[in-house]
Amino acid sequence: MEDIKQRIKISKYWNGIFWIIGFLSTLVGLVLLLVLMIDLFMDGAPRLSYKFFTSFPSRFPEEAGILSAWVGSFLVLLVTAGAAIPLGVAAGIYLEEYARKNWVTDIIEINIANLAGVPSIVYGLLALGLFVYLLKFGETILTAGLTLALLILPMVIMATREAIRAIPGSIREASYALGATKWQTVRWHIIPYSMGGILTGIIIGLSRAIGETAPIITVGALTFIAFLPASPVTSEFPFISFKWLMDPFTVMPIQMFNWVSRPQKAFQLNAAAAGIVLMGMTLLMNGVAIYIRYKFRKKIRW
Amino acid sequence: MSKKIKEGIIETSLFLCALSSVLITISIVIVLAYESYGFFKVVSFKEFLTEKEWTPLFFEPKFGILPLVTGTLLTTSIALIVALPLGLMVAVYLSEYAPHRMREIIKPVLELLAAVPTVVYGYFALLFLTPVLQSFLPDLSGFNALSPGIIMGIMIIPYVSSVSEDSMKAVPMHIKEGSYAMGATKLQTALKVVIPAAFSGIAAAFIIGISRAIGETMVVAIAAGMMPNFSFNPLEPVQTLTAYIVQVSLGDVPHGTIEYKTIFAAGITLFMMTLVFNLIGFWLRKRIREVY
Repeated sequence: MEDIKQRIKISKYWNGIFWIIGFLSTLVGLVLLLVLMIDLFMDGAPRLSYKFFTSFPSRFPEEAGILSAWVGSFLVLLVTAGAAIPLGVAAGIYLEEYARKNWVTDIIEINIANLAGVPSIVYGLLALGLFVYLLKFGETILTAGLTLALLILPMVIMATREAIRAIPGSIREASYALGATKWQTVRWHIIPYSMGGILTGIIIGLSRAIGETAPIITVGALTFIAFLPASPVTSEFPFISFKWLMDPFTVMPIQMFNWVSRPQKAFQLNAAAAGIVLMGMTLLMNGVAIYIRYKFRKKIRW
Repeated sequence: MSKKIKEGIIETSLFLCALSSVLITISIVIVLAYESYGFFKVVSFKEFLTEKEWTPLFFEPKFGILPLVTGTLLTTSIALIVALPLGLMVAVYLSEYAPHRMREIIKPVLELLAAVPTVVYGYFALLFLTPVLQSFLPDLSGFNALSPGIIMGIMIIPYVSSVSEDSMKAVPMHIKEGSYAMGATKLQTALKVVIPAAFSGIAAAFIIGISRAIGETMVVAIAAGMMPNFSFNPLEPVQTLTAYIVQVSLGDVPHGTIEYKTIFAAGITLFMMTLVFNLIGFWLRKRIREVY
């Protein structure tokens, strides 16, 4: 009897110990995130000013800014969104709603799972060989945008599929029972009901694209750009121009990388300031994504 | 009839979109294979795999991939030593111990670890963690494998923990209740029932983590130095496959030269390494779905 009591006591003791260890392990990541943000903020915050956002990079650290970088990031992201969203959502819809269980579908599924795990720099090499040299797009905003689109495509596809999978079959059956075709069902029921999940996935994908550095370096983004791409809006008819697609560019993470790799302390402070802006953008996008997911989850009750 | 044609056109175009993802993989393989073919016409397989120096940009170039592979393996191993135990612990804690509300808050915050741009982690590894570590380890050089390895490890915790936790959550409640009914504590249940039952999911999570660490670029490019170093000493600077590609891409290497082709040779080595892990991971995850 005493023996059993002793054993129970030991078990409970270890259980308590693990409770604490588990809790502390969870804290490790969170604490690091906090330290990282504080460190970044302490170094970079004094550099943040209106001038920092409206100046081009410069040889003089105190005059350098991120104008060409954030404009570049924004334009690249436009191309990425324009390419990845329609392609990814369409692929996701096909796989969930149309695909038959056969070897073609199996191959597509294995393939998407593999693509999601391909290192981002390999996408950069693909883009270098395919977009830059074979298709002769050059080292332009178009190339960078398409590269990042390929990179986040698996994420968009998987998010779309998950969102669609959550819709109960009864919704589809109700639609078919009223004589709707497959596309009408998808168009008027599946897409609207899965919108929340799809949007969440798209925003998280784009937030990943905005921070990606490696593939953009590979396709040849310049680190020192003291001019802006051609304006997408013109004063003459038809008022919209696509010349900017073919302009050289730089993006936020590359500007930051360039400043980090310099030995002068003053440039590293600039890097920290650029890091704050970059972190701010990704955290904001992730926050919006979480909010949308929460909002849609509340609204829809099956 | 026209309705049928319209439906058919829509289905076909959706199918083509899905098929385009296969096209991406095929183009990756073709581009990597084509450019490396040019490389292997000049450099023999034997030299590539056995030579212990990697100095393609020197006047007398040497093309041995081993230093880059050991650099990659070294930083990856350090990352895994950090990420696997912590990730597993977090998963057990969140799935078995943490109250529901706490899990709902901690999970998205933990996911943020994977959302932070890697260039920011590189900054942190180089300018914060390395100086901190140097105060404990005076031998640590300014660029080293240790500091980016640790940061990468923390970065991939959410990849490891979320897939592990999902598979632990998928273990049916009655199995756990059986264990509790026998008087087991939560820890005993977790170790002897939940982890073995969720084993393939946890293995898949580990493999996703490994694949991430192998392919991670910016943290090592910034903080590990750019020295191809045939060594397993974590205190020294190293260069990984990924960092080498970045180094060459930053310079102006003319298209078609042997230097240009080296990055594809490094790239195909990297692609092969991650491909093996990705396929094992996919197969393991598929197995979990079939078990229950």
